[in-house]
Amino acid sequence: MNAPATDARSPLAERLTGLVRALRGHGIRIGPGETVDAAAVLEALGLTDRERIREGLAAALLRADRQRAVFDAAFELYFPLGVGELTGTSGAPAADRDELRDRLAQALAADDTAALNRLAGEAVDLLGRYGTSPGSDGWSAHQTLDRLRPQTLLARILADQRAGGRGGGPGAGSGSGVGSGSGVGAFGSGFGGGFGGGIGSGGFTERLDADEIRRRIEDFRNRIRTEARRRVAERRGAEFIAERGIAPSADQVDFLIASREQLVELRRTVQPLARKLATRLAARRRRAARGQIDIRRTLRRSLSTGGVPLRPAYRRHRPARPEIVLLCDVSGSVAGFANFTMLLVQAMRDQFSKVRVYAFVNRVDEVTHLVTTGEADPAELGRRFAAEATISGWHGSSDYGAALGEFAERHLDAVGPRTSVIVLGDARTNGFDPNVAALRRVAARARRVHWLNPESPSQWGTGDSAAHTYAEVVDMHACRNARRLGELVTRLLPV
Amino acid sequence: MADDNGRPEGTGFFASVDDVSARLAEAGYLASTAVATTVFLADRLGKPLLVEGPAGVGKTELAKAVARVGAARLVRLQCYEGIDESRALYEWNHAKQLLRITAGRDEAWDETRTDIFSDEFLLTRPLLTAIRGDEPTVLLIDETDKADVEVEGLLLEVLSDFQVTVPELGTITATRRPFTVLTSNATRELSEALRRRCLFLHLDFPDAELEQRIVRLQVPGLDATLADSLVRVVGALREMELRKAPSVAETIDWARTLLALGADNLDETVVRDSLGVILKHQDDIAKATRKLTLV
Repeated sequence: MNAPATDARSPLAERLTGLVRALRGHGIRIGPGETVDAAAVLEALGLTDRERIREGLAAALLRADRQRAVFDAAFELYFPLGVGELTGTSGAPAADRDELRDRLAQALAADDTAALNRLAGEAVDLLGRYGTSPGSDGWSAHQTLDRLRPQTLLARILADQRAGGRGGGPGAGSGSGVGSGSGVGAFGSGFGGGFGGGIGSGGFTERLDADEIRRRIEDFRNRIRTEARRRVAERRGAEFIAERGIAPSADQVDFLIASREQLVELRRTVQPLARKLATRLAARRRRAARGQIDIRRTLRRSLSTGGVPLRPAYRRHRPARPEIVLLCDVSGSVAGFANFTMLLVQAMRDQFSKVRVYAFVNRVDEVTHLVTTGEADPAELGRRFAAEATISGWHGSSDYGAALGEFAERHLDAVGPRTSVIVLGDARTNGFDPNVAALRRVAARARRVHWLNPESPSQWGTGDSAAHTYAEVVDMHACRNARRLGELVTRLLPV
Repeated sequence: MADDNGRPEGTGFFASVDDVSARLAEAGYLASTAVATTVFLADRLGKPLLVEGPAGVGKTELAKAVARVGAARLVRLQCYEGIDESRALYEWNHAKQLLRITAGRDEAWDETRTDIFSDEFLLTRPLLTAIRGDEPTVLLIDETDKADVEVEGLLLEVLSDFQVTVPELGTITATRRPFTVLTSNATRELSEALRRRCLFLHLDFPDAELEQRIVRLQVPGLDATLADSLVRVVGALREMELRKAPSVAETIDWARTLLALGADNLDETVVRDSLGVILKHQDDIAKATRKLTLV
């Protein structure tokens, strides 16, 4: 069907503008031009295939891959898979939890997407409903997952497969996910159609089984979340849920409140930080190298061309080696931030030859030799600091005063007139003396001192934060999410 | 759809999304739903297609496949640091102009002037080449992120109106829109203005099923079971946060290697010995060996 998407009152146009508004609400900049493009997309594609519409709208509305997660969630709300309960497609709905788990195990083993979608619907229907009176009732993904516990199916699926694989003959498992199928009739058709995982084929790839199943389970949990959101959206209106229920894109998540999954995802998005840093810095160095015209040399050169300055001579910059000293808080209170600090440190080690890294909790120690390039796991790095460097004394909470004091006392020779010092931390002193004098001594010797603080400026100076006190001495920048971190780093670093 | 002048806007290579998938597959490019849909839209709406993604997922190959399918000539602009107008758009052939001036010493200057700024002395570079000419064209602007920011400004006029202004000749407008593909590895953020003019496609590593089909298409002699295991191992490697995740090209290389080695199924020795084909850093190899428990 080709609904005239140009008619402002058509429900389709309304839906589209609703989607656009929701995306804008999440910080994705979409102009009217793109909305018109999106309408043209709907017209060109027709409304028969939902996946194509999803991809088409994404192509017209999005400008970067990091926006995709937000888009997918919003798309589910404004262009839902169906209305009401989606049981029309399946046979008999599951009667109880155990049967549901049985069928889930099979679908997970076979990686049957259609069946998993159906099961997500049934699970939310059966286990996720709360409240009885209209208005206060709804569906909860959390409750569904809590009762269904899909993560506990892992061992069982693996055991089934090992048994099935042996029974069905080793080496089976070509294209159709055999090996999982001894006598399970319920989803027979689902198995044959899909590619299946080929799981249970035995041999070398057996060691990958557990990880793959784990990923599928995580994927299923997301399906449940989407399904629950869809249902609530139907009751409360898509806008209500779009505003509250969609997680922000990874690079805009606050460091300090990010969940474990978000941190993992975030780490992937800033992984190419070193490469980006390299290109931007190279561009800046090139531009800076053009320099000013050297009048004296230009005039002398012009003598050979009869006094016409044909070839101007430039005053060359002597390429100074930028020196950087990083001073990082690696205590537990800024754990999320500290992870990124580690990434940053690694990225800088790749790009600058003279980087010295100091870590502290309440004592400070040099860790430059521990930061090897290319090591991808920041958590591992944090552990290594704790084990091999002296970064905490009697207790485990951070003490900026003592750490800065020790740095000024013992390591001040690392700081010279060409050194940029970057301090990374939340400036929460746990009630200890902030010791501004020590920071002042460092600032007096260094070329610049920058402080990156993972807290928003409105929280500076509250409680035990000494941010404002320190900000009087050095430049303090709020650095709450990965995007901001990238911006700051490229702006602040010396060329 | 037609614009103000009644000219058809699209490039008209494809009739439907299914048509895209089928014909690209014939040309040896297996497209996912996302790719097929976006290519169809780019074709239908006549907008440039900006393809972003990690190295080795087939961004450039996509443009080549479209050119093969549409029986179109492929005009390629390879971007690099320091590329400028005279490399991307057009340049006057100064040497030839000088010769022309010297040859016609006796004629009036006005005559010479109109003559030396004519088509004959114009060296067309890829962007102008793609816009002139009547045959169907695929314009590939490769690694756009490598070019400087100034070049993006240059692209804006070309990509939004498909026209180029040469001061001495006037504005040259495309009689037939080229199917335009821009690729980027995202080493630099492209400007918002450029992104707005394009349809955006993020091309990621294909899912297991598609990758298996790709491997079997490219390496026909490979056993199905082996192809399956191979793709799963590569998938597991990509999850490991390596310095350089193996790309599709490397999967295919690995498949060829295994075929050449005569391996009929994966075991620890084979994987350990051939890991160097898919992983290009020593740390990555060490990490993969540890995680796949090959030691």
